[in-house]
Amino acid sequence: MIGIELSQIRVIAAKEFWDRIRNRWVVAIAIVFAVFALLIAYFGSAQQGSVGFKGIELTIASLVSLVIYLVPLIALILGYDAIVGERERGSLDLLLSMPITRLELLLGKFFGLSAALAFSTLAGFGLAGVLLAPEIDLNSLYHYAGFVISAILMGMAFLSMGVMVSVLAQDRTRASGAAIALWFFYVLVFDLLLLGALVFSGGQIGGDFFPYLLLLNPADIFRILNIFSMSEVKNLYGLATVFPESLSDPKLLGAIMILWIVAPLGIAAWRIE
Amino acid sequence: MINNVIEVVHIKKAFGEIRALNDVSLSVTRGEVFGLIGHNGAGKSTLFKAMLGLIKPDAGEILINGTPLHGEAFRRVRRHIGYLPENIVFYDNLSGLETLHFFADLKGVAKTECQAVLATVGLDHAATRRVRGYSKGMRQRLGFAQALLGQPDILFLDEPTTGLDPVGIREFYGIVNDLKQRGATIILTSHILAEIQERVDRLALMSSGQIQATGSVHQLRENLGLPMNIELFPAAGILPLALAALQTGGFSHAMHSEIGITVTCPREQKIPLFTLLAPYMAEMIDIRISETSLEDVFHGYASPKLNGPEKNS
Repeated sequence: MIGIELSQIRVIAAKEFWDRIRNRWVVAIAIVFAVFALLIAYFGSAQQGSVGFKGIELTIASLVSLVIYLVPLIALILGYDAIVGERERGSLDLLLSMPITRLELLLGKFFGLSAALAFSTLAGFGLAGVLLAPEIDLNSLYHYAGFVISAILMGMAFLSMGVMVSVLAQDRTRASGAAIALWFFYVLVFDLLLLGALVFSGGQIGGDFFPYLLLLNPADIFRILNIFSMSEVKNLYGLATVFPESLSDPKLLGAIMILWIVAPLGIAAWRIE
Repeated sequence: MINNVIEVVHIKKAFGEIRALNDVSLSVTRGEVFGLIGHNGAGKSTLFKAMLGLIKPDAGEILINGTPLHGEAFRRVRRHIGYLPENIVFYDNLSGLETLHFFADLKGVAKTECQAVLATVGLDHAATRRVRGYSKGMRQRLGFAQALLGQPDILFLDEPTTGLDPVGIREFYGIVNDLKQRGATIILTSHILAEIQERVDRLALMSSGQIQATGSVHQLRENLGLPMNIELFPAAGILPLALAALQTGGFSHAMHSEIGITVTCPREQKIPLFTLLAPYMAEMIDIRISETSLEDVFHGYASPKLNGPEKNS
């Protein structure tokens, strides 16, 4: 086992980050987030026949439904190419001939891409937050900050999965397929499966530990984190009735989210050696 | 100080059914320019990657400066190695100088060295241009520049002159020579023997994952007992007489056309042959003598049927 040199991780991370700055990936994603946030804030309740800012709680609730689709997709697309792309293009051998270990390369890639994702999320929603700031109070701002941070953590969890796919896949085509499949599963299928199981068994199976099954999906953790922190919205969702108090602790949910970041990366680290 | 900078001991590596390296042993001494020659697929690049620790051999051991390439010594050894991979690929979005900065950071080399290294390979004029716009030759030069960062003691250059024009090739070997003067050990591969045979101290012929012969060009010629090719063009009417003389003198395999005779024979039979032909010498229009080139031998290794020089005619 060779010790980790942080400087090597930093070199790789810096390159990944600046690559995304230079090719305007970061600015493009930030603009998308900012525009969506503002649109939702001002026109989110247009269906109810009115436009204009209706308060941060409703805005966050709408943003959550959007971000839960968008961020995992962006993160998986960002991550799947990290290692397999270098391998397929033929630049991996040269990179690995340097005084760097495979683990350092992997961590450098992950942290660099995480930084790009975090930066664009912060910049996009941050800009929207600044523009909305005159309309909201400090407590709401706190919720909004929580939403942004949890969005970043969810992004990192899916990025971690993307990087894992990038290590495991034989080529880029398969890696991209696997990344899309993961998105499909976690974002579209997972909740349906759970609900299906619950309804099919008439609530017999999984009734008690059903809420805990939600923890198997970082997207659901993100949703819970942002819904159960707001008492007003909580009542809008039927989930509130089945959800145990013990699981609504943001610290616990945050810890599980971090586990979701560490675990796929751990598998990637094991397989890349 | 260990004299054998690179020590490869009985390594084997298989990819599924294919035995890429089949019991390869090799040692390269300090300050040597060592050529590894073989056809595409002979196992040169696999051997290179094994020596660099990029792939793990199934059996055997590799020592660089007396140290295996794993464990804590790995980083120290790697800092003293320069590697130019075959078909080098760079990041198109970076400029030549930025590319070198990136690799300098990884190698722990001062960024200030990059500009000088670019000048060494003749790329200083294109330093700030993006690699996207580089020609194949320029990319190859940049690859070489990257390998030169940090004044490495050992350079692994895989097909280093690919894509270079003749001037570029000469410049490249000029730099190799400078490195050798400085005491660096250089190991390079090629599939063009003619290009490297005059420029390396020793070479190894490689085919089917094995090293077939090792030595200086001179040694290889001697050891392999390369035959001579003698072509005789006698004046009209003399040809049958000369041919008969050769055949009675033991050169029964002499071949002839309407105008000439061709004999392939071991080097030491050259003088007996001319002694036999002495009576007809005045009637010869032309005589051509050529040595079988090492290239012919090298090509011979590609076809496993070749057993000896005699069948090479």
